[in-house]
Amino acid sequence: MWPTALSQGLRWFPEQASTVAGQVDALFLFLVAVSVFFAGLIFLLVFVFALRYRRRAEDERPKAIHGSLILEGLWTVIPLGIALAIFVWGAYLYFVISRPPAAAMEVYVVGKQWMWKLQHPTGQREINELHVPVNRPVKLTMTSEDVIHSFYVPAFRIKADVVPGRYTSTWFEATKTGEYHLFCAEYCGTSHAVMGGRIVVMEPAEYERWLTGGVSVESLPAAGEAVFARLACNTCHKTDGTGRGPSLVGQFGQTAKLASGETVAVDESYVRESILTPQAKIVSGYPPIMPTFKGLVTEDQLLQLVAYIKSLKLDGQAKP
Amino acid sequence: MNDAASESRQHYLNCDYSVRSWLLTTDHKRIALLYLISISAFFALGGVMAGLLRLELLTPQGDLVQAQTYNKFFTIHGITMIFFFLIPSIPAVLGNFLVPIMIGARDLAFPKINLLSWYVYTLGAAFTIVAMVTGGVDTGWTFYTPYSSTYANTNVILTALGVFITGFSSILTGLNFVVTIHKMRAPGLTWFRLPLFIWAHYATSLIMLLGTPVVAITILLVALERGLGIGIFDPAIGGDPVLFQHLFWFYSHPAVYIMILPAMGVMSELIACFSRKRVFGYNFVAFSSMAIAVLGFLVWGHHMFVSSQSMYAGMIFSLLSFLVAIPSAIKVFNWTATMYKGSISFQTPMLYAFGFVGLFTIGGLTGLFLATLAVDVHVHDTYFVVAHFHYIMVGGAIMGYLGGMHFWWPKITGRLYSEILGRIAAALLFVGFNLTFLPQFVLGFLGMPRRYHVYPPEFQMLNVLSTAGATILGLGYALPLLYLTWSLFFGKQAGPNPWGAEGLEWQTPSPPPTFNFERTPVVTQEAYAYDTELEGHRV
Repeated sequence: MWPTALSQGLRWFPEQASTVAGQVDALFLFLVAVSVFFAGLIFLLVFVFALRYRRRAEDERPKAIHGSLILEGLWTVIPLGIALAIFVWGAYLYFVISRPPAAAMEVYVVGKQWMWKLQHPTGQREINELHVPVNRPVKLTMTSEDVIHSFYVPAFRIKADVVPGRYTSTWFEATKTGEYHLFCAEYCGTSHAVMGGRIVVMEPAEYERWLTGGVSVESLPAAGEAVFARLACNTCHKTDGTGRGPSLVGQFGQTAKLASGETVAVDESYVRESILTPQAKIVSGYPPIMPTFKGLVTEDQLLQLVAYIKSLKLDGQAKP
Repeated sequence: MNDAASESRQHYLNCDYSVRSWLLTTDHKRIALLYLISISAFFALGGVMAGLLRLELLTPQGDLVQAQTYNKFFTIHGITMIFFFLIPSIPAVLGNFLVPIMIGARDLAFPKINLLSWYVYTLGAAFTIVAMVTGGVDTGWTFYTPYSSTYANTNVILTALGVFITGFSSILTGLNFVVTIHKMRAPGLTWFRLPLFIWAHYATSLIMLLGTPVVAITILLVALERGLGIGIFDPAIGGDPVLFQHLFWFYSHPAVYIMILPAMGVMSELIACFSRKRVFGYNFVAFSSMAIAVLGFLVWGHHMFVSSQSMYAGMIFSLLSFLVAIPSAIKVFNWTATMYKGSISFQTPMLYAFGFVGLFTIGGLTGLFLATLAVDVHVHDTYFVVAHFHYIMVGGAIMGYLGGMHFWWPKITGRLYSEILGRIAAALLFVGFNLTFLPQFVLGFLGMPRRYHVYPPEFQMLNVLSTAGATILGLGYALPLLYLTWSLFFGKQAGPNPWGAEGLEWQTPSPPPTFNFERTPVVTQEAYAYDTELEGHRV
């Protein structure tokens, strides 16, 4: 067993399988170059000084040198300049990594001790496995049922904490078909090390076959609509706007005006908050009468509701 | 001074042999030794834990211990090494012993509070040990919520109280140093004549005073939420789990500087002495300590780039983190320049200084990777981070501590250790350290997350290398324990100044008399006047 494991040998570079991986690695290699240069410079100077000025007689008294303003200036300003350049480069790339493209396909992720539950908009559910098509951006909307986890795919160079009580997100666009490690990167208790799985990147046609294969499933918005009806949300949130609460049609992605005079972007987090703590942000013109649904809906159902509300387009039709 | 004369002279060690005289001492030198014994015990405990972790990681399977046991081991390793060894190491042992002597004082400003701080430390240590013996704790040293406050099934409250209590010993030590350095300097010893060791301890003390109360309160809040169900961090009862991370790192990032600043102070002393040169750019080295202490409080959010913290907050924390790197770089450049045209000898303490400069430089540069937002997203919470902070805390802080220990050991004990064994140990540590932690940078870049007791088989080769390095490192740590202990009984008499060093501590006999000096010294020149005639130097 040992020789086979060891025969995998030394690897120096992780697989690059997403659009950002190459960009992150370029910056990483630039940092390596800067580090090698400065570390090399220091090591060389220390080595040369240690040899050249080694003590030759016990009573040596070298002359004191107090310092040099020019040198102090140089070795403050040059490293500072390099540091700022790295900062700008890293921040720009972070901006790219943090903002999913508008056309991204959406996947919902719920972390719990110690498994990943993933749902496709079309309703397929997966555990510790995510099938995605190659060359298509995928946005992950994530939350946790218990402690903090972290969704980490080294081959994609992405990582985002999965936090109970709120939605976080990240995105990737796979560039190579194959299977890649999915790890939990935030310590979450006893079985943290095995809370992982794989991301399976497939050719689009193959992905379509995978989607339609297996048992027929209810789409996520359709499942959300059922929850919406079962919890009687639709008695107040009528689609024609005559209910006691605002109509939710066409609201997602818009800006809502609040009773406090502030505005809020209607996104996943706001929908979530409005279901669990309705009194936090009341839409202007409506009485604060909605009860909390905390404890009545699971994280999975919350994500279905979010998907349903997202699907309510202006023509009044749910588009699963 | 011959052996017989030294034996008959009264000093702080032989003035009273009773146990009572040790346990109720207010002599800063004896309290330093009490701390030395306590932290050495914790270092041994933390080291054994590290050894077990490395042994488990030799193979990808969990074949030595179970997951829960592994989690407890790395938690014990982190808590003992950070709170009970590294934070007190240089300040409470070398600082306690040297701060008064270096500034020509008879003792610290508040000798009884100094003793109290050791008892507080011991009380906190007792809580933590009881917690570990009666079931352990598995939250990691970081106590992240809501895992620690709600979900963990281990002794979180007891451990949290231990850490909370121990924090006060740190606060008391910091307070004592600040007052002592302000009020008790010898005549003529102006601020810019102080040894840089003192500047470093002054900066460290400010962090201890201002930062430690925050972590103490934070950890207390975790215990309150856990014990009484008050919703502070757990969203299920109305709390905010990320708030904990802000509060925790507000202290715990500066705490890194509590560990490294005193080591930097030691380096200035060692490099000056063994190059026989004034430290190049004294003012810049002194002020960079203060700059690190101030900027260090403004960068905590760089631990949270993937935590759901706002993207813009991340950018500000990243920028500030790059700024805090500059004063550290200034120090390294100035130490290097100090050696220029010096008279460099290669005695044991200087080997540690060479090691420190090399390892700290690598540790500092890899910190830039983690300050870089997009790169941190990939390597955060992987072995890259583990390698980075071990380069700072072990390669930097422990090399500094051991270098200082070897430098001032003759002053503290009056004895010389074996120079050959000293050099062998320093070389073993350097080689073992790099072999342990260099592969971990690669592991992290490849994507191996930290706190994993099982891992995919492709990571094995690098883990085997790392474990092999840890074995050498372990030998390197065991060796000084043996020859330093041996020197206590059989070492040659050191004399007052075996290295030909400048500084007030070398002008009093070794070991120093109870009140440090026969007469209060008067200082007439700047520190590190190595170009003038060496006094009391014995070849």
